[in-house]
Amino acid sequence: MSDKIQLDRKKIQETNAYSCLECGKCTGVCPVSRYSKTFSPRQTLIRTLRNTHPESLKDANVWRCLTCQQCDTICPANIKYVEFTQMIRQFVGVENREGTCSHGGILESILKIMTSPDLKQQRLDWLTKDYQTSQSSEYLYFMGCLPYYDVLFTEIGVQSLNIARSMIKILNYFDIQPQIMSNEKCCGHDFYWNGDMKNFKKLAQANLEQINTLGIKYIITACAECYRTLKIDYPLQMGSQSFEVIHITEFLAEKLKEKNLHLKTDKMKLTYHDPCRLGRHMGIYDSPRLALSHLTGIQYQEMAHHHKRAICCGVTSWMNCSQISKQIQHARLNEAQAIEVDTMVTACPKCQIHFKCALQDKEFGEHIKFQIKDFTEIFAEQLP
Amino acid sequence: MPKGKTQSNFEPKIVVFACNWCSYPAADSAGINRMQYPSNVRIIRTMCMGRVNPSHVLKALELGADGVLVSGCHFEDCHYGFGARNAAEQYKKLEKVVRMLGFEKERIRQEFISAAEFPKFVQVVREMVDQIKKLGPTPIKPEIVPKSEQKILEDVAITS
Repeated sequence: MSDKIQLDRKKIQETNAYSCLECGKCTGVCPVSRYSKTFSPRQTLIRTLRNTHPESLKDANVWRCLTCQQCDTICPANIKYVEFTQMIRQFVGVENREGTCSHGGILESILKIMTSPDLKQQRLDWLTKDYQTSQSSEYLYFMGCLPYYDVLFTEIGVQSLNIARSMIKILNYFDIQPQIMSNEKCCGHDFYWNGDMKNFKKLAQANLEQINTLGIKYIITACAECYRTLKIDYPLQMGSQSFEVIHITEFLAEKLKEKNLHLKTDKMKLTYHDPCRLGRHMGIYDSPRLALSHLTGIQYQEMAHHHKRAICCGVTSWMNCSQISKQIQHARLNEAQAIEVDTMVTACPKCQIHFKCALQDKEFGEHIKFQIKDFTEIFAEQLP
Repeated sequence: MPKGKTQSNFEPKIVVFACNWCSYPAADSAGINRMQYPSNVRIIRTMCMGRVNPSHVLKALELGADGVLVSGCHFEDCHYGFGARNAAEQYKKLEKVVRMLGFEKERIRQEFISAAEFPKFVQVVREMVDQIKKLGPTPIKPEIVPKSEQKILEDVAITS
């Protein structure tokens, strides 16, 4: 038998985990705990740290956390529970994972195949002449896994590539012909949150090598997860970088304000769903709302939970989609239905997929009357 | 370099998903009738080709298979009525994903082979082996971590 594998206490101290007061506020706000009788962030943390329950590391609860950061925002002791979870997962090892990958593991396989350096992807078939790109722009549009989602999720009514098309249309409108990488890999977000650092670093390395040859100043993305990974995790794990990462919500808010541009729209009632990676992880709450306020004819209304308290879409990194995820999604969609909106806008492609998947339930689908759209789609529709 | 990976004596590894009611008996009767086919195929029996999710095929490719063949009954003969049709639908999705990932499209193949068509099974396997020999080994190099190096949870502990 090998020697005991040890987790460094100093690393845990960095997440503040030892200062837990056992107040239980995290369990109170946790969307998983609300529908699950056994999941409790506090319990997982305490059991893991005290070593009194060695089996707690094997527990499925380590893998059920959505890493939506709801608990971090309320914790009076400032514990970074999400980072703590990521560390524990890294430590337990993805091979000992107590969780199932949804969709038969197809997305995990796609990402693993992407780590192979010899494969050259064919991901830009959708790009037509209407969408102008160039080789010399300062901007790089990082689209993420959208072409794959488009193939896999058309049957639930998600056209992920619409986001990419809208994105380029918006950029072209502001006289930017972005660069696009033909062999762009996934940003590695899913590997990172599953604690699979080896594969995460492979993907990050491959992406950074490509990006560094392009000579760009800004990376612009429409995906909240890519945004967080490129902006926070890449510099932390791979060293400093020479580019700035912008999310489309920031970009649009700034441009529309600067030009004092108001876009005409039909009358509709609209609400915005804060994706956890963009809101709580990155603190971007105001720019999407500011940008939406530049659409005339829109009546904006907040859902019962918004900003910091926004409810997560139920699944992270395609892991453990279950009854609980569905209940979380239903709760969120019901909130939007309660204020009788026409459209719910979200700024993360995965949120859109998860919500539309919840609408597949026939009875529930009939109860929900509004559309779910991406942030970019709303704006691109109004542009000439 | 592992055996069989050089271009000259490259022997591809091909995973075949064969359905219990048509293609698997076809492979069986090929053997009974002493028809020879290349030994590069590894047959996995499934109850229906509709059960073969795109993720299974991608998993095989991820783990280093040089090619994957999904075979089952003809539409009209499907033991479950809808299985083969489902499979054909899923295969369209799979083709797109595999192409997008950058594999050659010949690396995967779907065939409808009934229990009586054992010469067809032999022919399909031969064709596929020839094709993949031309393409060469898969660009994926799977890293298989030996059991001794894998983490065992019993040994895990938090200490200062």
